[in-house]
Amino acid sequence: METLKFILPAADYVAVLPQIILVATALVVLVMSVFKDLAKASLIGHVSLAGSALALAAVVFTGSGGPPFSSFSGMVLTDRFSFFLTLVICMIIVLTVLVSLNYQKFYENIRTGEYYALVLFAGVGMIFMATAGNLILLFVALETMSISIYALTGFHKDQLKSGEAALKYFLLGAFGSAFLLYGFAFVYGATGSLDIIKIASFIQTHPQILRFKFLVAGLVLMTAGFGFKISMVPFHMWTPDTYEGAPTSITGFMATGVKAAAFAALIRAILVPLAPMQESWIPIMWLAAVLTMTVGNIIALAQDNIKRMLAYSSIAHAGYILLGFVAGTNIAQAGMLFYLMAYAFMNIGAFAVVALLCKKGEEFNSISDFAGLGFKYPAVGLVMSVFLLSLAGIPPTGGFMGKFYIFTEALRSGYVWLVIAAGVNSVISIYYYLRVVVVMYFQPQAAGNQISLAVSPEVVVALAATATAVLFMGIFPSYFWSLASNSIFSLM
Amino acid sequence: MNQFSFPILSTLIFFPLLCAVLLIFIRSEGGENDELLRKTALVGSIIEFLISLLLLVRFNAENPGMQFVELVPWVKSFSMNYYVGLDGISLWLVLLTTFFVPLCILCSWTYIKEKTKYFLISMLFLETAMIGTFVSLDLILFYIFWEFMLIPMFLLIGVWGGERRIYSAVKFFIYTAAGSIFMLVAIIYLYYYSYKTTGAGTFNLLDLYNMHIPISAQFWLCAAFSLAFAIKVPLFPLHTWLPDAHVEAPTAGSVILAAILLKMGTYGYLRFSMPLFPYASHQLLPVIAGLAIAGIIYGALVAWVQPDMKKLVAYSSVSHLGYVMLGLFALNVQGIEGGIYQMLNHGVNTGALFLLVGMIYERRHTRLMDDFGGLAKIMPVFATFLMIATLASVAVPGTNGFVGEILILVGVFRSYPVLGVFAVSGMVLGVVYMLWMYQRVMFGPVTEEANRKLPDLNTREIVTMVPIAVLIFVMGIFPGLFLRKMDASVNYFIKQYQSKYEMYTAEKNGNSVPAALQNVVNSEAVSREGLISSRR
Repeated sequence: METLKFILPAADYVAVLPQIILVATALVVLVMSVFKDLAKASLIGHVSLAGSALALAAVVFTGSGGPPFSSFSGMVLTDRFSFFLTLVICMIIVLTVLVSLNYQKFYENIRTGEYYALVLFAGVGMIFMATAGNLILLFVALETMSISIYALTGFHKDQLKSGEAALKYFLLGAFGSAFLLYGFAFVYGATGSLDIIKIASFIQTHPQILRFKFLVAGLVLMTAGFGFKISMVPFHMWTPDTYEGAPTSITGFMATGVKAAAFAALIRAILVPLAPMQESWIPIMWLAAVLTMTVGNIIALAQDNIKRMLAYSSIAHAGYILLGFVAGTNIAQAGMLFYLMAYAFMNIGAFAVVALLCKKGEEFNSISDFAGLGFKYPAVGLVMSVFLLSLAGIPPTGGFMGKFYIFTEALRSGYVWLVIAAGVNSVISIYYYLRVVVVMYFQPQAAGNQISLAVSPEVVVALAATATAVLFMGIFPSYFWSLASNSIFSLM
Repeated sequence: MNQFSFPILSTLIFFPLLCAVLLIFIRSEGGENDELLRKTALVGSIIEFLISLLLLVRFNAENPGMQFVELVPWVKSFSMNYYVGLDGISLWLVLLTTFFVPLCILCSWTYIKEKTKYFLISMLFLETAMIGTFVSLDLILFYIFWEFMLIPMFLLIGVWGGERRIYSAVKFFIYTAAGSIFMLVAIIYLYYYSYKTTGAGTFNLLDLYNMHIPISAQFWLCAAFSLAFAIKVPLFPLHTWLPDAHVEAPTAGSVILAAILLKMGTYGYLRFSMPLFPYASHQLLPVIAGLAIAGIIYGALVAWVQPDMKKLVAYSSVSHLGYVMLGLFALNVQGIEGGIYQMLNHGVNTGALFLLVGMIYERRHTRLMDDFGGLAKIMPVFATFLMIATLASVAVPGTNGFVGEILILVGVFRSYPVLGVFAVSGMVLGVVYMLWMYQRVMFGPVTEEANRKLPDLNTREIVTMVPIAVLIFVMGIFPGLFLRKMDASVNYFIKQYQSKYEMYTAEKNGNSVPAALQNVVNSEAVSREGLISSRR
């Protein structure tokens, strides 16, 4: 009788080192919150910060070199794509924790271990979504992320809005997950495997499968499932309410981290393995991209609440990124990654500024609350302007370069009208981003409005880092671009 | 290659930025250091002007190509370069920019009382962007400076502007950004096309000049570029942002807007639309010339009925820029040199008029002509300067305006005599409204008591105006000084344009299938033949 040997090579643990660090930190933080004395100080937040920074360092020091390999029986893929996404997600986590450390001053319940543990767990889910080589792990990772985020959305327990947001997100998200799982089942039925690499090779060796309806159904359902997460029209309905109701520090996390992870999964699980099916999704995604951009931008024009405005803007940005999906080439995928990175910086930055405007239990989310901010707090006004102009795609910012890369590749693939539609949309979007700048600089502070910002060193670090990154990506995009394109070309 | 041992164009681009960064570190709470801030900015901009004068020393007037060239790879994967250079066309525009910024800082010395620091920083950022726009030879670099220019100008109008400043600032921003997004799509398309034909995409303007672009594509690309530039010029009927922006902007903003920003549009036609798409731009000529004529006459008529001096000057810009466009599209040496010369003249004259209107506004807080009258007796120095600017603006011989307009008219009459007739009629209208304004403000009895005590120009204001007045006469009496530097470049431009236009026409006539129906393969085959035959 053969003895069952349990062997795991040491390299495998390195492949999930950041996740291990994050989970360990989350557990430590949870335990810490049991002790009341520790919970009172901001120690919990700082431990989370240290843990996530350590995870980031682990990514930087372990992940970049070496040939791609899969571990845990093909469950986890380690290539430059994983490296890039893990890097982006870890940066998002660090920035979120930095923002939360300031935000928690005004909210008792943010100071708890649960909050930080959930952020870290969600981060682990996101990383696994980007590195999963198996549809089951992908699903589990998506649920880990989603459930943590549902709970975080409802974290303002005393605010009805927050509860409503969580419930809405949960119900619609559950639908999305169900669609996704259903789609996975169809794909499994059609190809006989849940392993992404095996699915890809099966389709390549059996081209007749492409006309098999189950596979098409699987594709459609998977796209719908991921569409929920990236808030693609028509699956975007939850976005504004959820973004508005969630704690501001979490809104930034959601808008960037979830999007990055979902787009990564979209590339890894659909765009690359199912590439031969491109013909069948291009018309759908073309329409979805146009609708997503247009709906997001048009409705954003009418928003007075900055969180809702940024929510619609995030829908619109999903539309721009979908341009890369339609084009589908390697360079377009690299463009999507570059965009996701730039978007992460500018959006977290913008939400960090919105979070700064909070006061004891009171949120100042109306755009008119920004009146006079530009001259009263020149540094905050300046970085907010940088983020907004970057979101609008004005050079020299990362947002412009991201759009440039994606538009260039979409044009090269022959989608002239799509690019023109995106161009028109960019112009529309300038109006509402500019509105905030107008209010910040051109309108005097209202008499009754005595907003004074409490800027802690943590948030200064976060804002300085994001603003620098946004400008750096706009002026010297080469480094980030090679990072993004290398990660696509090594995709397993 | 660069005629200096240091990168002079980069110095010119980034020196103002450096000054702006320096200003950031000067404390400004409660306006305590405003004087120091102003002086620093002024000294910085004067040094910038002196550096730019070095260009004149080493500029080789015989060389029609780009000079002081700097090329540094920037984004290698997309072959974007930091590529700057200067030729006879852009030389004077750069000098115009560096000439006006110190004057704008001087004229705002007491006009801008609040947030002085940010005003000066915006001004210096704007200078960086403007010079960058004029010297960029890489399309993306150009686009970046072009778009970046909007932000400081937007702030200048929006923060320090008049009552309707927010509306005007947003309108200015959206109009310009809307135009330029299509230009961006066209730029990307050019890159993609160069990638398809040569295997290596490029944003290098000089390489793209030599690229053969199928006629069917040229129209769309030319239209996209022209739209962006037409908004900036502004060409009738896209001019509606201009009166708003000009009127609401603070004096310095109006001066920069009129003197330099509008020139970006005409410069864009000369640098991009025409040489890149010679066939399409030639076909668009009737449209553009028609709109230019419409702008000349419409602008003049609307200026005539304005009660507000600043609005009058703003509408006169619409009219004057129409001449510039007409001159450029006459496509002969006189027309184009006249167009460029008129670009400079319009900058100097309209800049002077806006400065003077700003000075009177600072004293009386009104710009309505009915509120004035008889000022010539009360403010003789002011009256003299306004006289000089007015006469230059209506092109009296001896002033710069005369040289520009006569060159344009000669050029237009050589190419299209009928258009010349319309242009002359517009000129007559120009004399009418300008002199009428002068008469209403300066002569007649003093009707308002408040006007009797108006102080005349102070030393600072005289120092601001004297260089402009001197320049008006120098440019009017010794035009050769300026024209000689651009001769080579303009001749080269016309030669290139004509040979390329003939090549495209031959291609078109040689092929009976309408251009729009040609498929890509077909047109490419023809293009290769065309290139070969043109080389022979």
